[in-house]
Amino acid sequence: MKNSKNILEINNLKIYFKTFEGISKAVDNISFVLKEKETLGLVGESGCGKTVTNLAIMKLLNPKATILSGEILYQDKNILEIEEEDFKKVRGKEIGMIFQEPMSSFDPLYTIGEQMYEVCKTHLKLSKTESRDKGIDMMRRVGIPEPEKRYEQYPHEMSGGMLQRAMIALNLLTNPRILIADEPTTALDVTVQAQVLNLMKSIQEEFGNSIIFITHDLGVISEMADRVHVMYAGKLVEKGTTEEIFKEPKHPYTKGLMESKIRREYKSKTLPYIPGTVPSPQHFPDGCRFNPRCSFVRNICKEEEPHEINIGNDHLVSCWLYVNGGNKLEDN
Amino acid sequence: MKIIKAKNIKKYFPIRGGVFLKVTGYVKALESINIEINDFESIGIVGESGCGKTTLGRIITKIYDPTEGSLYFYDEKGNEYDVTNKLDKSIKSTFRKSIQMIFQNPYDSLDPRLTVGEIIKEPLQIHRVFKNKKEEIDYINELLERVGLSATYTTRYPHEFSGGQRQRIAIARALTLKPRLIICDEPTSALDVSVQNQIIELLKEIQNEFKISYLFISHNLDLIHHVSDKIVVIYLGNAIEEAPADELFENPLHPYTKVLMSSMPSWDPGNRKLDKVLVTGEPPSPINPPLGCPFHPRCTYKIDACDKIQPELLGAEHKVACHLYD
Amino acid sequence: MKDQTKRMVNAFFKNKLGVVGLIILIFLYIMVIFAEFIAPYSYMTSNRNYTYAPPSKVRWIHEGKFIGPYIHPLKRERHPVTLQLTYVEDTSEIVPIKFFVHGDSYKLWGIFESDLHLFGISKDTNALLCLFGTDKFGRDLLSRVVYGSRVSMTIGLVGTFISVIIGAIMGAISGYFGGWVDVVIQRLTELLRSFPQIPLWLALAMIIPPQWPSTMVYFAIVMVLSFIGWMGVARVVRGMVLSLREKEFVIAAKTMGASGFKIITKHLIPNTMSYLIVVSTLSIPGMILGESSMSFLGLGIKEPMTSWGLLLGQAQSLSALSSYPWLLIPGIFIVLAVLSFNFVGESLRDVADPYKVGERA
Ligand SMILES: Nc1ncnc2c1ncn2[C@@H]1O[C@H](COP(=O)(O)OP(=O)(O)O)[C@@H](O)[C@H]1O
Ligand SMILES: Nc1ncnc2c1ncn2[C@@H]1O[C@H](COP(=O)(O)OP(=O)(O)O)[C@@H](O)[C@H]1O
Ligand code: SF4
Ligand SMILES: [Mg+2]
Ligand SMILES: [Mg+2]
Repeated sequence: MKNSKNILEINNLKIYFKTFEGISKAVDNISFVLKEKETLGLVGESGCGKTVTNLAIMKLLNPKATILSGEILYQDKNILEIEEEDFKKVRGKEIGMIFQEPMSSFDPLYTIGEQMYEVCKTHLKLSKTESRDKGIDMMRRVGIPEPEKRYEQYPHEMSGGMLQRAMIALNLLTNPRILIADEPTTALDVTVQAQVLNLMKSIQEEFGNSIIFITHDLGVISEMADRVHVMYAGKLVEKGTTEEIFKEPKHPYTKGLMESKIRREYKSKTLPYIPGTVPSPQHFPDGCRFNPRCSFVRNICKEEEPHEINIGNDHLVSCWLYVNGGNKLEDN
Repeated sequence: MKIIKAKNIKKYFPIRGGVFLKVTGYVKALESINIEINDFESIGIVGESGCGKTTLGRIITKIYDPTEGSLYFYDEKGNEYDVTNKLDKSIKSTFRKSIQMIFQNPYDSLDPRLTVGEIIKEPLQIHRVFKNKKEEIDYINELLERVGLSATYTTRYPHEFSGGQRQRIAIARALTLKPRLIICDEPTSALDVSVQNQIIELLKEIQNEFKISYLFISHNLDLIHHVSDKIVVIYLGNAIEEAPADELFENPLHPYTKVLMSSMPSWDPGNRKLDKVLVTGEPPSPINPPLGCPFHPRCTYKIDACDKIQPELLGAEHKVACHLYD
Repeated sequence: MKDQTKRMVNAFFKNKLGVVGLIILIFLYIMVIFAEFIAPYSYMTSNRNYTYAPPSKVRWIHEGKFIGPYIHPLKRERHPVTLQLTYVEDTSEIVPIKFFVHGDSYKLWGIFESDLHLFGISKDTNALLCLFGTDKFGRDLLSRVVYGSRVSMTIGLVGTFISVIIGAIMGAISGYFGGWVDVVIQRLTELLRSFPQIPLWLALAMIIPPQWPSTMVYFAIVMVLSFIGWMGVARVVRGMVLSLREKEFVIAAKTMGASGFKIITKHLIPNTMSYLIVVSTLSIPGMILGESSMSFLGLGIKEPMTSWGLLLGQAQSLSALSSYPWLLIPGIFIVLAVLSFNFVGESLRDVADPYKVGERA
């Protein structure tokens, strides 16, 4: 997997929103690649720009959003420049998406079967009976019991976990090369989450798609991702393989998140935590956006934005502490 | 000293339909729960969403009346009061002052039309605590600073604050009447990950400072283990295991507790474990709960008795409701 | 809340129709407040020589010279064949229109005595300044429209105010307490709503004794209108309260020991406030039309008191319409007021979006 080809390449993507409170720098100059057959974990707290990034890939951004710069390369074409008419053949067919709220990702007025038929008709030109066979087969493969019955049911007749399985089945109908899963298990209970995560893993082994897995939960990332990108306040602050990031987190924010995991040993001790609050996207601080909460802060952190530094092993970090290849900065 | 004792609490919510709102069925939210809370202790309640945790909290705070069972309240002198049904006039004020609540959703638990000052003042005014305006203001400012906010915030509105700050406001409000017990209903699950531990630390500090008891409700096992002396695991309205925190984690007995623990992600990419989880399906609907053990349709250790007889919660310090331990 | 209010005000002023409506309403209410001063005559001043006179023609230029606004007095003539009365201008006399003239004396708001009018003509001529024409008693229609605005523009306001208060309280009680209280209130509102509105108004208006003085009649009509208007408000407020009472801040108030009354007045009603303001604005037009319909049919305000509906009632017959079309002018005012309230209300609704107010900004 390590040397596999890039399937998606995002360069210097910058997306701002105009809001009443001012300009919201939702996604600010981020770059990353998605490799073939890998699961890329995108982790960060709510509001850091994960969803906006992925809506940009799907060309589904709210009209209030302005894309100031950047490109999203898929099969040597910049998605941002493809006409909507042409992109319709890609969206849902080659790039699929699974959302956080299983209930609202289906149209409540149509049965699961009707919504599956819709997909089969548009992208695969299948007839009603053909898509029924395919849909029921797919539902069986994602572990939905009694798929013939479920195929005729409406979304509200199914539980959250079952709907999320149905969403996965719906996406797999076209066997997309890229699957974007935006907090797919956040609304589910842990025991159901475990089942859905296992399902996604086995699906990937079977179908060989690339997955962008978005979550705010580092625990889930540790189970799912091959590589992890950590996002904070519209920026990607750290990139690396999952092993690296969990073994040796470099960015103070990543470190803080790792330490925030409540471990058994902490009982009757003080829990470590990151001080302060997540800044609102209209008022990101100057310099490094994490600087007001960072316990290693230096003068330069408040003035200049750190750039990305490769510290080896494909491990990249945007933090002034590592400009000298990890040697201490002497300005404090 | 005891604060609350709940005996065999059952709560059924009627489902109504038709023009005359006839009862057509029940949501069986709680089945025969026993719980006792003493001064300065933390009881943890853990279970998946819909298992009845919030309902239990609201029965103890007298928002809901139980369908069956009894609830006793003990004042500071140790006198017992039966508060199963309507709160008696003589005890109402004492009861309300003694038990407070902190909620899951800090965007929902503060009235958007009131300023922070008015929000914190509300309980003081209901119970006419201060006659002197100045004293009241000083007290509110002191509380705000205690929970890590500036006293200048009193004139601002909740929407100007982040989730964590709002939860601090809610904590200040819960503290105003110097309660003996605070029900914390998932107080951190709606907060940013990096803010959750701050709030837990604040709750722990306050507990030690004011010697308060907590009934701590959460679906997060790690969190519950950290804050509780004793943990009750609930499944589909039934207490299925009850033990001191460390004991429960070192020696989980009930198959459901085991499943819950194994479903927690590993945080160790070299040692992934979710694919070893042995559970299928989701909790059934509390409208038609299964006969026998509520967990039997999902249980991998099921034996003959399981789908026929409901196991009782048995044991001394470590209680479990499972036929495997009969 | 401050910047929330600011945001709403800004958004409101972005909607052109809403602003136009607001400006018209401001003018109309200035008219209501200063009716005695703005109207050139009293609403009762009749003039036997000017029955059914057409609107006065205002001229500016006399024999090629600009001399400011003036009118000629009218002379009555009977058509030799049809015997119909017609008016011709007596061009020999010039009556200038002036600002701040002395005319009929009045007591502004029943307190300040004066005879000053915003505009008019000298008292010493036989001429009558009737910019909207006159009615069958020769009363100036403009003055009557101005005085009529008092009834028409306030009845909606007062009626809505009362009905919104009744509706909010009934809805809040129904939603908050639930159970049989809810069932009873729900069925009662459904029953009242199932009657067609206008016949019900009329039936109730018939009960008003004809010998009552006009102020009593006015209040009786307000009561009739608000008695029927509250149900819609009650229904929606009930729905909102049903969802609000599950909100955690209400549960929190209960755990503090707040009484049901306190919770309703301190938490529930304030949180439905923006909705109430919007429905109020949107239900005023219905009330204005209701009063107009009743008065039009002779069941509401009685002569010599006046309201737009009553004035419009004079234009009931086709022959009156074809001979004296100016009698329709009060109708224009009704339409103007109704449209303005609707514009403002709709604009407010878009701004406040009552179901989202208070949620995370
Ligand atoms: N429709 C919108 N209008 C204005 N701002 C938006 C909109 N959608 C997203 N944003 C802004 O973009 C930021 C990132 O949002 P999002 O990508 O949804 O975060 P998350 O990481 O939780 O998925 C938010 O803080 C928000 O301010
Ligand atoms: N006021 C109510 N009316 C009807 N059903 C309710 C009410 N409150 C809770 N329930 C039901 O009772 C069950 C337990 O709910 P709850 O106590 O909120 O669970 P938890 O807090 O563990 O997620 C759920 O099935 C829920 O739908
Ligand atoms: S009683 Fe039976 S079904 Fe229930 S948990 Fe124990 S073994 Fe499983
Ligand atoms: Mg998101
Ligand atoms: Mg709950």
